[in-house]
Amino acid sequence: MTMLEIHNLHVRVGGKPILQGIDLCVNAGEVHAIMGPNGSGKSTLARALSGHPDYQVTEGEVSYEGRDLLAMDPEERARDGVFMAFQYPVEIPGVNNAYFLKAALNAIRTHRGQEELDAIEFMALMREKSTLLEIDPSMLTRSVNEGFSGGEKKRNEIFQMAVLEPKLAILDETDSGLDIDALKLVANGVNAMRSPERAIIVVTHYQRLLDYIVPDVVHVLSGGRIVKSGDRALALELEDKGYGWLEPEAAAAAPAAKA
Amino acid sequence: MTRLVQSSPQTDAYLADCDRLVTARSATEPSWLRNLRRKGIEHFADAGFPTTRDEEWKFTSIAPIADRHFAPAHDGQSGLTTDRVESWAGALGGYRLVLVNGAYAPQFSVGGLPAGVHVSSLRSILATNPAAVEPYLGRFAPPDRQAFTALNTGFLQDGAFVWIPPGTIIDQPISLLFVSASPETASVSHPRVLIVAGDRSQVRIVEGYVGPPGQEYFTNAVTEVVVGSGAVVDHYKLQRESQRACHIGSMYVHGTRDSTFSSHSIAFGGALVRNDIIAVLDGEGGDYTLNGLYLVDGRRLIDNHTTIDHAKPHCGSHEMYKGILSGHARAVFNGKIIVRPDAQKTDAKQTNKALLLSDDAQINTKPQLEIFANDVKCTHGAAVGQLDEDAIFYLRARGLDLQQARDMLIHAFAGDVLNRIRIEPLRKSLEEHLLSELPAAGGPANQQ
Ligand SMILES: Nc1ncnc2c1ncn2[C@@H]1O[C@H](COP(=O)(O)OP(=O)(O)OP(=O)(O)O)[C@@H](O)[C@H]1O
Ligand SMILES: [Mg+2]
Repeated sequence: MTMLEIHNLHVRVGGKPILQGIDLCVNAGEVHAIMGPNGSGKSTLARALSGHPDYQVTEGEVSYEGRDLLAMDPEERARDGVFMAFQYPVEIPGVNNAYFLKAALNAIRTHRGQEELDAIEFMALMREKSTLLEIDPSMLTRSVNEGFSGGEKKRNEIFQMAVLEPKLAILDETDSGLDIDALKLVANGVNAMRSPERAIIVVTHYQRLLDYIVPDVVHVLSGGRIVKSGDRALALELEDKGYGWLEPEAAAAAPAAKA
Repeated sequence: MTRLVQSSPQTDAYLADCDRLVTARSATEPSWLRNLRRKGIEHFADAGFPTTRDEEWKFTSIAPIADRHFAPAHDGQSGLTTDRVESWAGALGGYRLVLVNGAYAPQFSVGGLPAGVHVSSLRSILATNPAAVEPYLGRFAPPDRQAFTALNTGFLQDGAFVWIPPGTIIDQPISLLFVSASPETASVSHPRVLIVAGDRSQVRIVEGYVGPPGQEYFTNAVTEVVVGSGAVVDHYKLQRESQRACHIGSMYVHGTRDSTFSSHSIAFGGALVRNDIIAVLDGEGGDYTLNGLYLVDGRRLIDNHTTIDHAKPHCGSHEMYKGILSGHARAVFNGKIIVRPDAQKTDAKQTNKALLLSDDAQINTKPQLEIFANDVKCTHGAAVGQLDEDAIFYLRARGLDLQQARDMLIHAFAGDVLNRIRIEPLRKSLEEHLLSELPAAGGPANQQ
């Protein structure tokens, strides 16, 4: 079943066109990897899908479970099961991590017609999920991401995903800044969520993550377009040859760049 | 009391009102009080109301006060119900003294006091045992320095007196609630508070100022706090006047050796508000905390002026003021720290932060360090900013709506001050009040 269908998506940031016609189709149960050089627009795609107000869609459509995703506010998307793990999670001083996550979970549960969790049920859930990701319980009582190391921030994102149980998860460079042990933990966390009802989009620079989270499809994003798609082997090829060999294709596929 | 300087039509009316008060009361009051009163009104007559040419009032025009006459408030006829007063007072427990329009209202005052502790209206102690207050009244709040304190002294007749005997520790708070309610005329009250905490005593005091929404009046309050050696005084001022009221409040704190004093100044109401705190650390080992939180919207103005005077060595002071501004609101913060030549090893820290929820809100903030000793640590920092858009998006991307996201961030901002409130029901009610008063998301404050 098609979960996410992106057609001819154009996105501008700060007046500058970044995405120039993305087409992408993700089915429930699949894991897609998106790779590509720095500045190619990977985070732009992730943010546009989660509804960041600075990312202006100028053309194209996105349908999520048959609904017009672009017409939804960021919180509506989240409540309907879209989750983005941020490349650079923001620090929010003074907002307790557990308090925030409880508010988020209950907003989502209420939207789904489920009862809100009380403090005891919530703590039990936190314990279960934090064990899975080996999250130090003290992280839960600290302010959201404040003073967290780069790796802790990334783990906290995956922890939130595990608690919120989205249908569509977009992980933006969750592997960068992680040592190999943390990478395995994160990969385990993600793999534990793989299910026939759920789709996952993994944005990464490194083939390494894909050894642990094995994708069904790999896409290469360059110059604001998907210039190549393939299976796992494509990721290995990229690892070998870099992105340079795709440039001519990218250039051929892209319309003449405007100043 | 015959000398009335005909300085300006603005002050004349007050001088005439004061004259009437003196004539009515001079027969019954002790001569030291009459002298004090005279000093106050004479200073006011000489100096008049401050103007923006006065450095201390540079950003705060008190025209809304000076340009009209507020008649002396009358007790009684306030039409207040107990329910109304209860809802203002909150369920804080402990003892509560209520004054309406500056006069003691026994029908609203409740609670018991531990043995030896004295809480009464100022008028009653002046009538029964003036010697108890004579050594303190007007000593730390000089009658001849600041115009509004002078005016308050000129009209001094009622208020609250709190006396904690040495060594007494009270865990239930003592609340002093000042209600202004005179629907017929715009009136003024000049409540006076004297708190004397004996050596090694410990007490929490909540001073509240309230009035019915929409009413125009003027509160001109003066509080004197004497902190004995080794005493611990935790002071809360909750200013929730009507949004059309003028409130001028000056608190003078004097502490001797090893005194610990904390002030939590919460200001939510008032059209024109000025709070002065003058805190003198006049003994070694003293430790003062001045925290403040204000919320101001519309075209209202809140001015906080604090002075921490380190007169003796080895004292610490910690100051944290936070403001939340929206609409066309204005705020002023002036934090003066004086370190006298004697006051070596002073450790003073001042932080002032403002959150601007609209483009039209404005704050003038100024630290003012006057350091005359060389072995001291003094730091200050000011920050003015908006809500972090990235943080808002982060929260929304997790399912919180815009309103929840903004509330959560504002609540976090205020947390530095609110979390230090040690009276649990008070902290809770202030948190609720804060969130209910915040401008709605999507309203004018949110427009980019
Ligand atoms: N807020 C912004 N304002 C202006 N330009 C932006 C903004 N955000 C991104 N860009 C630009 O858009 C382009 C794509 O950025 P994006 O972050 O999507 O790249 P990326 O593929 O995620 O790169 P990386 O691998 O470094 O994470 C870059 O040229 C970047 O400078
Ligand atoms: Mg990126």
